[in-house]
Amino acid sequence: MNQTHVQDRQHWMSVLARTSFANIQKAWRAMPEQPEYSLLRQPETGLVMIQARTNGNGAPFNMGEMTLTRCSVSIHNAIGHAYIAGRNPEHAELAAIFDGLLQLPEHNARLMETVINPMEKNIAEQIKTKAKQVASTRVDFFTMVRGED
Amino acid sequence: MYVAVKGGEKAIANAHQYLAAERRGDTALPELTVSQIKEQMRLAVDRVMTEGSLYDPELAALALKQARGDSIEAIFLLRAYRTTLPRFYTSAPINTSVMQITRRISAAFKDMPGGQMLGPTFDYTHRLLDFSLADENTKNNVTPPTCNEDVPATCDETPRILDFLQNDELVEGVGSAESHQVGDITREPLELPAGRDIRLQKLTRADEGFVLAMGYSTQRGFKNSGGHPFAGEIRTGDVSIEVTPEELGFPVTIGSITVTESEIVSIYDGSEETPPQFSRGYGITFGSGERKAISMALVDRALRCRELQEDIIAPAQDEEFVLMHSDNIEATGFVEHLKLPHHVDFQSELDILRRLRSNWAKCKAKREEIERNTQKEQKIRQSGTPEIKGAA
Repeated sequence: MNQTHVQDRQHWMSVLARTSFANIQKAWRAMPEQPEYSLLRQPETGLVMIQARTNGNGAPFNMGEMTLTRCSVSIHNAIGHAYIAGRNPEHAELAAIFDGLLQLPEHNARLMETVINPMEKNIAEQIKTKAKQVASTRVDFFTMVRGED
Repeated sequence: MYVAVKGGEKAIANAHQYLAAERRGDTALPELTVSQIKEQMRLAVDRVMTEGSLYDPELAALALKQARGDSIEAIFLLRAYRTTLPRFYTSAPINTSVMQITRRISAAFKDMPGGQMLGPTFDYTHRLLDFSLADENTKNNVTPPTCNEDVPATCDETPRILDFLQNDELVEGVGSAESHQVGDITREPLELPAGRDIRLQKLTRADEGFVLAMGYSTQRGFKNSGGHPFAGEIRTGDVSIEVTPEELGFPVTIGSITVTESEIVSIYDGSEETPPQFSRGYGITFGSGERKAISMALVDRALRCRELQEDIIAPAQDEEFVLMHSDNIEATGFVEHLKLPHHVDFQSELDILRRLRSNWAKCKAKREEIERNTQKEQKIRQSGTPEIKGAA
């Protein structure tokens, strides 16, 4: 896989991970025909140690862990992987299937248009809605001059 | 020492059944769901995740339900659960500069580039009980506020306020971003003196009440130096988590988590090598944990005393005192084990006590006898003297 491919794949994998389970399930059910696939690695839940940085951008330290579910599938001639925060095995399985299909040139363009782009649009809308809520609490404090009699 | 006991199975089983019934409470009322706890008791969930050292809102909410709202019991459940899972990856260090901000304030700078956003805060509320929340006929479905501001649809970088001052060297640098080996207290036992990475890991999972009290003690003067602390910046928001699985060989986003981070600065008098400047303390939590994050930053700063060549004169500067007593699961294990059957121990202590008392009584009797004899002798001597005088 060349460099652009890696970036494309990182992009759709990120969208498949950040989208809600409801959305990925909806996308799967809306597929005209659901392709055959086999599980290379059953969905399994484990931990990720999250690192943070001292002072926000200094030396790393271990902050605490989070749950993650991963899954790998073989679909047509591709191998799809998924690494999804949380403990939803179905989300991981569906994300792995889509990752596999998206690597196949015959499916890529259509799936980007029908699956990934709508999911991404949805995520962007959520980000915008929240950003507006937060921006409505923007505050300008005035410094009061202490009264001198 | 605790010695294992046998028996009591029936009583224990019944006690647990009783507990389950008490947990459910009045069955005429609807049962609390885990999603309700996750949505409506979110700050309790956040605390359990932070101190349980495991980010998973559903599990933390479940733990709170099972623990009947007891945070420390819920934290214990989460810590126990994490030991059953394998660790797959270590994330790339989170980048809190690129965050979908929920709240961002600075107590030091009024006009912060990027602006101050209060977000959903208890600050500036009047702390009056709101009885409309108790009225079960009132629907409390409040629409969040919004505005017409043009906002980006992606999470852009929000500059960190202290970086501006750092350019003038008025604030100390963040230190090197590189680290050869990051310590992990879940893998290796805590050794003292501890590096800052270990201290920060320990403080992140430390009991909020303990860290709050320790931070407070530094404000009241239990520290060596440093001026008034200022919240340079406090921000809460969502950050992406990236891991690099071996089979891929490139980083992928697995989702995002909410964190709260606090940067506190206070004047450092300087040393022979370092000119006076603002020194930094850092605090971070899962979810919205502002109180804990601020306290943690104060304690982190106090614990940097060795590095900053300050005399250790206060409890918050004492690394052993702070780090060894900050974990509420370790602490509760040792304190609460006192309630478990110590029958054998207690019997032997009773034996010892009986022996001590009998020795004590014997000694007392002996002492009193000696005293009595001395008094008698004195009396004889005293009454004898006039006789001698008289005889003279």
